[in-house]
Amino acid sequence: MNAVVRDPAARGRATALVLGLCVLWPLLQIAEFNPAVLFAPGNLATLGGFLATFLPPATDADFLGLLAAATLDTLAIATVGIALALLIAVPLALLATRSLSIGRLDGRLRPLSEALRLCARGLTLVLRGVPELVWALVFVRIFGLGPAAGVAALAITYGGMLAKVYAEILESTDLTPARALLAAGSGRLGALGYGLLPVASDELMSYTVYRWECAVRASVVMGFVGAGGLGQLMDQSMKMLNGGEACSILITFLLLVMAADALSAWLRRQVR
Amino acid sequence: MISLAALGVAYADGRRALDGVDLSIAPGERVALIGPSGAGKTTLLRVIGASLRPTAGHVRVDGVDPWALSGRALQSLRARIGKMHQAPPIPPRQRVVTAVLAGRLGQWPLWRAMASLVYPLDIAGARAALEPLGLTERLFDRCDQLSGGQLQRIALARLLYQQPKLVLADEPVSALDPALARSVAVALNDDARRRGVTLIASLHAVDLALSEFARVIGLRDGRVAFDRPAAQVGQAEVDALYAGAPVGDAAEAAEPAPRTRLTRCA
Repeated sequence: MNAVVRDPAARGRATALVLGLCVLWPLLQIAEFNPAVLFAPGNLATLGGFLATFLPPATDADFLGLLAAATLDTLAIATVGIALALLIAVPLALLATRSLSIGRLDGRLRPLSEALRLCARGLTLVLRGVPELVWALVFVRIFGLGPAAGVAALAITYGGMLAKVYAEILESTDLTPARALLAAGSGRLGALGYGLLPVASDELMSYTVYRWECAVRASVVMGFVGAGGLGQLMDQSMKMLNGGEACSILITFLLLVMAADALSAWLRRQVR
Repeated sequence: MISLAALGVAYADGRRALDGVDLSIAPGERVALIGPSGAGKTTLLRVIGASLRPTAGHVRVDGVDPWALSGRALQSLRARIGKMHQAPPIPPRQRVVTAVLAGRLGQWPLWRAMASLVYPLDIAGARAALEPLGLTERLFDRCDQLSGGQLQRIALARLLYQQPKLVLADEPVSALDPALARSVAVALNDDARRRGVTLIASLHAVDLALSEFARVIGLRDGRVAFDRPAAQVGQAEVDALYAGAPVGDAAEAAEPAPRTRLTRCA
């Protein structure tokens, strides 16, 4: 007679797990990923031979000079790209986010504001829907080979990405302070500056620095299609089968990512 | 100044938070709202504060129907209404001076609001608002360095700085110790008396309602149970208002708990 007490949520969790596996397994098959291939003896030897050409890293003065210039190019592409992306992202995020909606506060939705919000969301989707590599290929035809194409490609895709994530960060933080200000007659930007940013600033900051790190990586990849910087240098080194140079470039690249990490940590300590 | 006629607020699921409320409150009146949890005190304050649109009846605040106003006029009406909450809605990382100056966001033009973020434009004003509350030393401290009682007084300073024509306080002293609760209730009443503005506060502390306010309205089940000068409210009436109401934890559960501030993962 005495009813066994069961967790009423257990069945739902189990179903979700089984469903997840059912979806993942066929995807693994489609992706043709078979870890065993990695460790087949022939493949290991090929891999070892390839990696052996990377040693020792190139350290001659001529190449280091080129490397320094290319690093500066990459940093410039990433930084200017992010700066331009911010110009696109900030207004779009403010238009797209629901957390500064006065209509949502009192249930009197303004159709115009809602339409504008939808348009902004749609625009961010288009901007980030096309990969930056494709944009870079397009812009190389406009600006010619060099960093300008990379900057333009980054500004567009990262503008879309930043806008989307900014809007979501602003929605997922504690909205009570901003709501209280809007309810006291404050404008949207006032509520943003006095109620929302003080709560969300560290998260916005760390995401932006992380995106800058991604932009460094992306600018390397775009270098392969002629958008300048470390990528273009890497492309040339690889084509000349110069593993030592490629190795030096990779080391530089690693140092850049570490620097981005340290910068992010430092900035977050500042705003905390 | 404030008149409510046959006012009703029903939720989507059909529950009625307010039902057939008729009230009129003249300019300069100081009114306490009392009643058990779930009686509709918060809802009534939100309707008067032009934050919640009633589903039935009429509401006039400052002589106008807020819901007939254009967006801009509604915004300016809201800027003339000061609000206090049980949990002060102040970002933890904000400095006290900024939190106080935020009181005038509804009156300041945008350039002024933005410039004041870069450098506080009215330090003297913020200081003057903190003066009667004994918190001038904390002017440039961050709000997360303050105790709960101090933070609630910062919220009060913001309200004093806003200088609203109508003050609505929703359980402003429920989270404070008795002595502090009385001093905040007194400060609210003093400010209202001095500037001749209307004050409406919901309170759980019946003794404060009776001793500090001029008029007391008892709410129960979304209706007005009694409405008279504080001096004429009898103990029997108060007992009847709370009689049979769930006590202790159950009473707390009936009302949504004040939202604690989220600390986002660092």
